[in-house]
Amino acid sequence: MPRPDQVTVAPARSTPPPRARRTGRVPVALLLPAALGLLFLVLPLAGLLVRTPWSTLPQRLTEPGVLTALRLSVQAATLATLLCLVLGVPLAWLLARIDFPGRRLVRALITVPLVLPPVVGGVALLLVFGRRGILGGWLDSTFGFTLPFTTTGVVLAEAFVAMPFLVIAVEGALRGADVRYEEAAATLGAGRWTTFTHVTLPLVAPGIAAGAVLCWARALGEFGATITFAGNFPGRTQTMPLAVYLALETDLEAAIVLSLVLLTVSVVILASLRDRWLGNS
Amino acid sequence: MLDAHLVVDRGTFRLDLPLTIRPGEVVALLGPNGAGKTTALRAFAGLLPLTDGHLRLAGRHLDHPGRRIWTPTEQRPIGVVFQDYLLFPHLTALDNIAFGPRRQGLDRQRARQRAADWLARVGLADHARRKPRQLSGGQAQRVALARALAVEPALLLLDEPLAALDARTRLDTRAQLHHHLANHRGATLLVTHDPIDAVVLADRLVIIEDGQVVQEGDVATVTAQPRSDYVARLVGLNLYRGYADGHHVRLTDGFHLVTGDQHVGAVFVAFAPSAVALHPHRPDGSPRNTWPVTINGIQRHGDNLRVQLDGPVTVAADVTPAAAAQLQLAPGRTLWAAVKATETRVYPAAVAPTDAEP
Repeated sequence: MPRPDQVTVAPARSTPPPRARRTGRVPVALLLPAALGLLFLVLPLAGLLVRTPWSTLPQRLTEPGVLTALRLSVQAATLATLLCLVLGVPLAWLLARIDFPGRRLVRALITVPLVLPPVVGGVALLLVFGRRGILGGWLDSTFGFTLPFTTTGVVLAEAFVAMPFLVIAVEGALRGADVRYEEAAATLGAGRWTTFTHVTLPLVAPGIAAGAVLCWARALGEFGATITFAGNFPGRTQTMPLAVYLALETDLEAAIVLSLVLLTVSVVILASLRDRWLGNS
Repeated sequence: MLDAHLVVDRGTFRLDLPLTIRPGEVVALLGPNGAGKTTALRAFAGLLPLTDGHLRLAGRHLDHPGRRIWTPTEQRPIGVVFQDYLLFPHLTALDNIAFGPRRQGLDRQRARQRAADWLARVGLADHARRKPRQLSGGQAQRVALARALAVEPALLLLDEPLAALDARTRLDTRAQLHHHLANHRGATLLVTHDPIDAVVLADRLVIIEDGQVVQEGDVATVTAQPRSDYVARLVGLNLYRGYADGHHVRLTDGFHLVTGDQHVGAVFVAFAPSAVALHPHRPDGSPRNTWPVTINGIQRHGDNLRVQLDGPVTVAADVTPAAAAQLQLAPGRTLWAAVKATETRVYPAAVAPTDAEP
């Protein structure tokens, strides 16, 4: 069969690499908005750095309120991520591997918290887990266990908002993983659970890690659902975003310092994991 | 002992494969792409349920839809070598092999010991700690074989075990595979589309086309007396179906061949491409089959050229390069083909596939 593609490919190889030739010809109509877009994303961060009170920074950072809020934020985000892992990975497996009726509906439901305004999520959580909520009332009267306006409530609110990130990332990884490895495990005598723990999980570990990082970052920055469901009590439910918001009304410099801390933590975490988990570019 | 009659319906495709394999016997399931080889392998492994029929292995019913019996894959006494091996990428060669024994209840140390034994047997004792991506194709194939055999399966299934290897590695690996299959006490089913693998490795060939068995028998019988165009192409013979009356065979499209053997009734006529002589003009001489042909294509075949010829019947002929130059072979050129009656083989078409007379 004649191959016309070879005719066109062959001479192209003798000329300099096409990449080098093309860089000079980026259309202005694309370059300009791209540059503006970059500026728009970077400028506010730069503004934060410019306005940071560097001289009083060490003193402000060691203020007990800052450290307390930071510790609470990291703890709550980590616990929320763990909760999402325990519940979300099996859910993602179910969606990726089992063909059950209503699977598309379930997948759509899972993405709802992604697009739902977090405040609405907080209200919804209150209606279910609040003292007078459907489950909350029962929990309160039976176990004397209250969720709203507690640290557990913070974890719950953050997990509610962040779990879709994890489920979607892990489901994607599971769909991308070769099912035949699981078949090979079965031919070697591994049941479904063993196959899941010994073959599937290691195969999709990078996907799970990526999902967990996204999940953690989302939980760390959670504001709306947390303040609605858990309130804003320093030391108990006041996470960094809440502290930033509160400080903004009284002490702008404090708000800037808190924001800077949050920004630093996020950038460090994402940068250290990006190369390893979030792609290879 | 494997005793099976696989029936699998998949929409327009239906696999219907009766098969028995004795312990220690190696059977090659040979067929073109889409013949149902992979479907059969998956049904044996329990990765695909039977629609009908039965599957019994080592005295146990594994799948019998009529009696609602079904054994899941992980409970079947089988070992599978997949076409691209499917070694677990996160485990070392040793742990890949130890995976099966671990699932059979051996503790970690004993499983690793057995895995180490198997690695030594396939000549990779010093590769125990390598990950699959650090193994060459031939090494990965041997680890995959060791992994499948380490569970001591009653049925070993091999899915195109040499297809992913380059020609040189394939030669070595085939020889080693032959050695390990000879030592395997269970039944072995080799699924392949490579006739050389089948001929070298198997005691018996089962050839399927379009989900049906078209021929079954030992290597010598199948290669000498192909019973379908696919098998004839595999073993490199010209094959025709016809109706014999003494030394004359009337082919299905009306063409006549004179044969050395005498027969009466429905027969196959086979002869090698090397038995076909090509002449620029109609040749003289009486006990010969001669007919005009047109060259359709020319390919290299070993040291010779294989010429595909159209005519009253299509035929393949082998000619030496010298003869080819003399005949000025080129597609579209017309020549005369001649086949001696004594070069043809005739055998009955209407007998059970297994016990055809030589």
